[in-house]
Amino acid sequence: MGAQLRVYKRRIRSVSATKKITKAMEMIAASRVVKAQRKVAASTPYAQELTRAVTAVGTGSNTKHPLTTEAENPARAAVLLLTSDRGLAGAFNSNAIKAAEQLTERLEREGKQVDTYIVGRRGVAHYNFRERKIAESWSGFTDEPTYADAKKVAAPLIEAIEKETAEGGVDELHIVFTEFVSMMTQTALDARLLPLRLEEVAEEVHPKGEILPLYDFEPSAEDVLDALLPRYVESRIYNALLQSAASKHAATRRAMKSATDNAGELINTLSRLANAARQAEITQEISEIVGGASALADATAGSDR
Amino acid sequence: MAAELHVELVAADRQVWSGEATLVVARTTSGDIGVMPGHQPLLGVLESGPVTIRTSEGGTVVAAVHGGFISFADNKLSLLAEIAELSDEIDVQRTERELERAKAEGDAVAERRADVRLRAATAR
Repeated sequence: MGAQLRVYKRRIRSVSATKKITKAMEMIAASRVVKAQRKVAASTPYAQELTRAVTAVGTGSNTKHPLTTEAENPARAAVLLLTSDRGLAGAFNSNAIKAAEQLTERLEREGKQVDTYIVGRRGVAHYNFRERKIAESWSGFTDEPTYADAKKVAAPLIEAIEKETAEGGVDELHIVFTEFVSMMTQTALDARLLPLRLEEVAEEVHPKGEILPLYDFEPSAEDVLDALLPRYVESRIYNALLQSAASKHAATRRAMKSATDNAGELINTLSRLANAARQAEITQEISEIVGGASALADATAGSDR
Repeated sequence: MAAELHVELVAADRQVWSGEATLVVARTTSGDIGVMPGHQPLLGVLESGPVTIRTSEGGTVVAAVHGGFISFADNKLSLLAEIAELSDEIDVQRTERELERAKAEGDAVAERRADVRLRAATAR
């Protein structure tokens, strides 16, 4: 075998090994997307009922609560950025980070100081590399977040928002995550979690403008709201974590699919080149044999004479 | 036909039970409360404790609920809990072991949780 042909064969072998790996990763990601989607669906009843309850208390009573009232001069805002622990997901992480950076810039223009909270090693690495301050970070559960993880993330955020601004507390809480729209579309977006915009929340639950009943609160509206709002934040964060996980798997699937396709294309091109090289080798061998034979024939013809 | 109310018992990550019932008894922070069809709209904070649901078929469903809310309106009752387990999902022996361990370690939260589970499991 000629040297060139051998090189092509070796490259084809290595590319097909890579293709096998990316194909496997694509399939794993595809099955995980389905699982993550199912988890999003399973968490929906709780989130829905909770949102309903929050709206009921918020609109049905005149209670003032730090989590629903807007500060007059918001001075500090917390931004929670959800990224993934692992890459190989196309532009998934960079889109989320970009969205967070845009939000941070906007908040800073409004004169607010921004505290960044990050979930996922990718986001942490990005911020550390640029030597930006991270208020707190978590990682290790982005592929399959549980409710306990959401609680862990929410705890310091709720604590920060309940603190006075002068003592290092925050006035606003924003979240940046990747919304799972469909298998093919995932969009990074930012949303303000707190203070709550009750009208928006109400819109979500009752698009038809249904009137909420007058609730009897047990023990009192304040106590219910006190207990309800942290749960609401947790459930929103949980939902965002799940959507982020589903989006990440979908992005991985797509990235791995195009990697597999590219590897297939590369294998095709390389096998054409290898075929051409083999053919060239054969042609050369034939012409060598023919050349040798005719030289030999010429030589014997000369001696015969 | 006896009056019925629709019950949804949901945990943070799943729907635990849903169906028709005639009476639901749950423990709020200000004491036990029983809800029957036609109750006035209600929104309350739950303590961790067993919740008893009397279904319209005459059966009883008991669940251990750890923190959460009860809300009732338009004959629809929702029980929201971070963690909720039906009594027949609870492994009594394992919970007993958990209870002992929690007692030994002096972990009050875990002890309470195991205690609620046990009570729910034995109440069926």
